Amino acid sequence: MTKELETICITTGPTEVGEYVTLNIGPIHPAMHGTLRVITQTDGETVVSAKPEIGYLHRGVEKLGEHLTYAQFLPLTDRLNYCSAICNNVAYEMAVEKLLGIEVPPKAQLIRMIMMELARIADHQVCVGILGVDLGALTPFFYLIIQREEIYEIFEWHHGARLTNSMGAIGGVEADLPERFHEKWPRLRDTIRKANDETDKLLTHNRIWMDRTIGVNAFCGDDALDWGFSGPMLRACGVKRDLRKDEPYLMYDKVKFEVPVGKHGDVFDRYMVRMLEMEESIKIIDQAYALYKELPDDAPLMKKVPKIIKPPEGQIYHAIESPNGELGFFIRSDGTDKPYRIKIRPPCYMVYQAFEDLVKGEMISDLIACLSSLNVIAGELDR
Amino acid sequence: MADWQIDLIKVVFIWVWVLLIAVIMTWVERRASAMMQDRLGPNRAGPFGLLQPLADGIKLFTKEDIIPERARKILFILGPPLFAFPVFSAFAVVPFGDKIVIGGKEIILQVSDVSIGFLYVLALSAIAVFGMVIGGWASNSKYSILGGLRATAQLISYEVPMGLALLTIVLLYGTFSLREIVLQQQGTFLGFLPNWGFFKQPLGFLIFLVAAYAEANRVPFDLPECESELVTGYHTEYGSMRLGLYLFGEYVNLVTLAAITVSLYFGGWGLPYVDMSKYLGPVAYGIASFLVFTLKQAFFLFLFVWVRWTVPRFRYDQLMGLGWKALIPLGLINLFVTALLVQLTI
Repeated sequence: MTKELETICITTGPTEVGEYVTLNIGPIHPAMHGTLRVITQTDGETVVSAKPEIGYLHRGVEKLGEHLTYAQFLPLTDRLNYCSAICNNVAYEMAVEKLLGIEVPPKAQLIRMIMMELARIADHQVCVGILGVDLGALTPFFYLIIQREEIYEIFEWHHGARLTNSMGAIGGVEADLPERFHEKWPRLRDTIRKANDETDKLLTHNRIWMDRTIGVNAFCGDDALDWGFSGPMLRACGVKRDLRKDEPYLMYDKVKFEVPVGKHGDVFDRYMVRMLEMEESIKIIDQAYALYKELPDDAPLMKKVPKIIKPPEGQIYHAIESPNGELGFFIRSDGTDKPYRIKIRPPCYMVYQAFEDLVKGEMISDLIACLSSLNVIAGELDR
Repeated sequence: MADWQIDLIKVVFIWVWVLLIAVIMTWVERRASAMMQDRLGPNRAGPFGLLQPLADGIKLFTKEDIIPERARKILFILGPPLFAFPVFSAFAVVPFGDKIVIGGKEIILQVSDVSIGFLYVLALSAIAVFGMVIGGWASNSKYSILGGLRATAQLISYEVPMGLALLTIVLLYGTFSLREIVLQQQGTFLGFLPNWGFFKQPLGFLIFLVAAYAEANRVPFDLPECESELVTGYHTEYGSMRLGLYLFGEYVNLVTLAAITVSLYFGGWGLPYVDMSKYLGPVAYGIASFLVFTLKQAFFLFLFVWVRWTVPRFRYDQLMGLGWKALIPLGLINLFVTALLVQLTI
């Protein structure tokens, strides 16, 4: 018991008894997405300090990777950011492919792109929906989540899984786009746009929504870069950085899309960046699908790779633009069939470490809004 | 029948009626929100899920009653009834119909036409907030106490504009009695507008409505509960029927607030342009006036649901800002202008 208390004291730092109230938010709390915990000290409703404590969902994914073969590790990557598992899969596959020095056939690249952008839309839909829920607007969540279900339907047709996808394999993808995708996509595109439109109407120009989000934990671009922000969080701060544009992978250099950028880095900008990115993703899918249509039907989907993958000795870091930001895989190979070391660079780890800076001096309600807008996924954070 | 027997029947009738509407409201809330959110809502218990509130009631009654170890027991037990009783009794002064003649005896459709009228309602709604504050305090939980504190702050901020809005009504009609006010709202003025408080006091109505939403703890003013921040705030630690009393009390509160809105601003039981008593017999007229009142009330109840599922919630300081910086000055201006007009016209 005393030992427990000691650890808590260490994590919270010195408490000024009688002045501030220590309020423990999470790990079980309706607004904590997954198992996050924030130990806050509050002066009335104002947050004086907020110490995030992580590790409640730590499963040792990186260590497990050292004991699994390259192919066996793939399903574990699903469990990182479970809102957009496909992006994790592809990021890992691409890192290994880079290590092996193989180029994936164009058709597989395009299918990966389409699936990843669908996953991005799904991820942003969840993030925006949950932000609404946490600020008291429950209705848009349902509009968005219905569309996410439709997207998951496509995933199910393609590779059989909805949430933990384990899509593709090292060397390509296992299946062509499902037959039903061709007629589903044009319809789905319209309904996604409609749902986004309805959400936009309900929230964006709503006076209460604007009051709750504009100027709330604003963050400047330089600070964001110092903390290692990436993805929508960084773009909301006004820094135009998108790995899809800056360091193109797959066929992102062959499609045209805009990179939405915010200005103040507040909750509203993060929300807007995500809303606009969904529209850009739709454009990317359309273009990728057009490119896909140009390819012959019997184009290869898989590059031939040996059954037991033994990459040459060496190390590699490969990062992609996941919905949350830069998702990188560092792999060191010692020439055997198992990696010597795997290190994952999750985007929200870098964002979450700035949490105290983000919420200090704001109110408890803002803390909740901030946490939702960061889109911290516990699986990715703790690994 | 003696008068006391009639009174007793009225009391029992209105008690059952308010309970019934509140129960139906919980169902309407779910079904309407489901309709707005592309869902189905509860549809298993009975036709259209109409028996769902009953199932909920049984569930709440049969749940284990837990009192947290470090809670202040007496206050903890006192909280829910302290919240529920005032909101139940507030309906007593609401005129839910004009009058009905049965067996040559004229019966006024109102439990009690007290001369202080809605002052009684204001007083009771102020007491009801103590139920929340005490519940939040006695739970000995930080989330609950924050909820309780927010409830207190909300009460202070929103009773004042509500009082200011109601004062203009008093100036206008010269009485506190809700029945008198409704009677004065029959007929038309300026030749075409119904003689309703709404048309004479549009700003006052707006202030009253906003304050009523805050009073009812509904989104956008549901800060004392605020599920995503305070884990349902002041009733976090409550379970079983104690929780049920809180939840149900809120719906009863809605019913009362809707009834008062109708009585003060929308002509109570009267239809605009039509004098029902001319066309209907005494019994039919009584029933018709009751139905008209209920329909108007139903509209405002639906408005509560509608708003709840449309807008996000305020932040604590923004709520205070709206109360003190917007509603109270507006209420004062409204009061001043009304007083001036009344003085000039009389």
